[in-house]
Amino acid sequence: MIAAHALPGAPDPGAATPSVLEARGLSKSFGPIEVLHDISFGLKPGEVHAVIGENGAGKSTLMRLLGGHLPPSAGTIAMDGEPLLFAGPVDAERRGVVLVHQEILLAPHLTVAQNVFMGREIRRGPVVDDRAMNRLAADAVRGLGADIPATTVVSRLSIAQRQLVQIARALQVEHRVVIFDEPTASLTGTETDALLGVIGDLRARGIAILYISHRLPEVGAIADRVTVLRDGKRIATREASTLDPMTMAHLMVGRDMANLYPARVSTPLGPPALAVAGMSVPGFATDVSFTLHRGEILGFAGLIGAGRTELLEGVVGLRPARGEVTLHGKAVRFATVGDSMRAGVVYLSEDRKGKGLLLGQNLRVNLTLAALDQFCRGPLISRAREDSGLTKAVKDFDIRARDRAMTAGQLSGGNQQKLLLGKMMLLDPGIVVVDEPTRGIDIGTKEQIYRFVADLAAKGKAVIVISSEMQELIGLCHRILVMREGRLVGELAGDAMTEEAIVVRATGAEVQSSAQAAMDA
Amino acid sequence: MSGISTKSAPTRSLPSVDLAAVAPFAALAVLVALGALVNGNFLSVENLTNVLTRSAFIAIIGVGATFVIAAGGIDLSVGSMAAFVASVMILFMNGGFGDGGLGTVATAMLLALGVGALCGLANGLTTTLGRIEPFIVTLGTMGIFRALTIYLAAGGSIAMKSQDLRALYRPVYFGNVGGVPVPILVIVAIAGLGAFILYKTAFGRHVVAVGSNEDVARYSGIRVNRVKTITYLIQGLCVAVAVLVYVPRLGAATATTGLLWELQAITAVVIGGTALRGGVGRVWGTICGAMILEIIGNIMVLSSFISEYLIGAVQGAIIIIAMLVQRSLMNRARG
Repeated sequence: MIAAHALPGAPDPGAATPSVLEARGLSKSFGPIEVLHDISFGLKPGEVHAVIGENGAGKSTLMRLLGGHLPPSAGTIAMDGEPLLFAGPVDAERRGVVLVHQEILLAPHLTVAQNVFMGREIRRGPVVDDRAMNRLAADAVRGLGADIPATTVVSRLSIAQRQLVQIARALQVEHRVVIFDEPTASLTGTETDALLGVIGDLRARGIAILYISHRLPEVGAIADRVTVLRDGKRIATREASTLDPMTMAHLMVGRDMANLYPARVSTPLGPPALAVAGMSVPGFATDVSFTLHRGEILGFAGLIGAGRTELLEGVVGLRPARGEVTLHGKAVRFATVGDSMRAGVVYLSEDRKGKGLLLGQNLRVNLTLAALDQFCRGPLISRAREDSGLTKAVKDFDIRARDRAMTAGQLSGGNQQKLLLGKMMLLDPGIVVVDEPTRGIDIGTKEQIYRFVADLAAKGKAVIVISSEMQELIGLCHRILVMREGRLVGELAGDAMTEEAIVVRATGAEVQSSAQAAMDA
Repeated sequence: MSGISTKSAPTRSLPSVDLAAVAPFAALAVLVALGALVNGNFLSVENLTNVLTRSAFIAIIGVGATFVIAAGGIDLSVGSMAAFVASVMILFMNGGFGDGGLGTVATAMLLALGVGALCGLANGLTTTLGRIEPFIVTLGTMGIFRALTIYLAAGGSIAMKSQDLRALYRPVYFGNVGGVPVPILVIVAIAGLGAFILYKTAFGRHVVAVGSNEDVARYSGIRVNRVKTITYLIQGLCVAVAVLVYVPRLGAATATTGLLWELQAITAVVIGGTALRGGVGRVWGTICGAMILEIIGNIMVLSSFISEYLIGAVQGAIIIIAMLVQRSLMNRARG
């Protein structure tokens, strides 16, 4: 029955054994956008089933469907062969399915024990039995390889410790299916090992585990079977023993690139525009060095949370950072973002709505905000200059607005991005950093933005593009730097810029393969 | 500008924004009409100038509060600060410094402005550098300024001793220029200056940007802490100007000088259409709000419907109603 839904060439080897939890043709659409299409696979008792895929492949949506957090648009979920509909996460938990979230969902001002037992407190008569809960919570956390006193307030814990508390809470009740959504994203090596040990125990007790991770070596180590998602479709479900990290990366990517990108001008690189040496941003990036040339488009690839945004925010003075910055051959120090702007370096935030534009203000106010000096006579703002500036920006950047009194919040995502570009280009920068420039933007506007970026480089400016869309980087950039866990782990140029090459470096698959190669040798 | 934009709802926000700006003036007109109905004397020139004159303290302080609130802050210390500045000013005049005439008064005025500026600066720097909620900081300084006043007055009151100085200083509250009382002229001057700074200068634009979204302001290269600190400095200066007008009225400062002025100033700002969450500042609306507060009191005194002891309760109800009106106007704008 499962095979009926599987794509050709992707047989489900586990189809013979009965599944405790099963996806039958699950689809999910948000508005007109379909993020999951006809997903079918089964989860057997006592197996660890990993789901892998690129950012945006639909993994988290699938987990939320299976955990009862979202209703599917089409298809059903079955438990023990019986089709059913989860009324919500509580209903799913009652039926024995629990989802351990990627985000931290704990009450920060309560203790570890209070959080672990929230909503199912142990009572002695009318009062809660704190002593028993503290003891049991401490045991549960220790079982995960962490030594956190149960009476510690959660807000004092590190992100990794909170993640462990959350896992402890999920495992406090015996479930039949446990879904982990990137549980190790914030954990260290030891903590990861302890968690993998716990998962091994769960498997031995016959519990089914669905496991999402970006870390391919980890997937290879723990999973019995692996399902690969790409663009919301199930590409393959295979025995983990038949897969190595390189093959997984290939399955995650493998597709042709759309012809969206302007022809790359491969002019000989100009002189260095920006050199960064030994840059560290506490908590996010460690000892990163790179050089950006005039006329160059340099890409930064990596998984979400790899520290790309924070690194560049550190470079332009938006975050405390240590390291040397050389601009056009001269050593500079950007203490504030105002310093870097005056030096001709601008950063366009990935968070357009939160950090880029004043959503409640009109287009004119937004456009001139960063370069207000240009629109002043003495201390006075010249409304006439502002108006002609807006007219020019609307034309140059093709900002489509019904009328100019609209607020920035009423613009579509693409027009917001164009307004943000117009705003920052008023500073006439020599170096432009764009962070996720096409996130949430329709394909037509994407093309416009790509052409604009290419034009900037053609004019001799230097551009850095941070993006989680690998095709975008490959189509647009002269060179791509890959970051993983705050460090620069690779540099790709020319034909070496492939999605597989990026994934291998971004996920750490190469570490595993080279270790294996060393063992084989 | 071809209209290929995705959202096709007609712009209802434009008239609504105007409505929010007009609402306080409409309310003022209604109150004036009501006052005229209640008591024929209400519309007399004497009564109206009297009301306007008495609204001067809250109106002037309210202009400063408009800056602080538009930038997303709050200052609860203004009433105590006024008492403290007044005490220092009177003590200086009683100290026998200067020529005992105009020179002394002028120096005392400059001193008051300096003390007010320093008090505001202290509020601003503590909030920004100390990264403490302005509500807490100014709650603290509110207690500090009040206690300092009581300490300086040794529990009683500080009165101007020199009758000569009193006579010299008296016109600043009781005098008029061409029939217009001086305090009304001060209101117009301060509000005009405030509106000019807030609407016409780059700094004013930065105030609104910081109040709209601090992150966006920071990512746009605006020095957020500096902008915020300056709004508190402006607030301190406005308090000092209010004190300059206040001192000649009674010639004394006591433990109860400026009591609850912070609430009235914030009420005036909110009634005037400035959003308490920041990002919008309406200077003339604030002036209008201060007048509304004073007129309500005046009508209650002139009429016999409600005891004038309940003025505070009515003003309290007004601020809640003003917030409800703002909320419904905002919902309509979103609608």
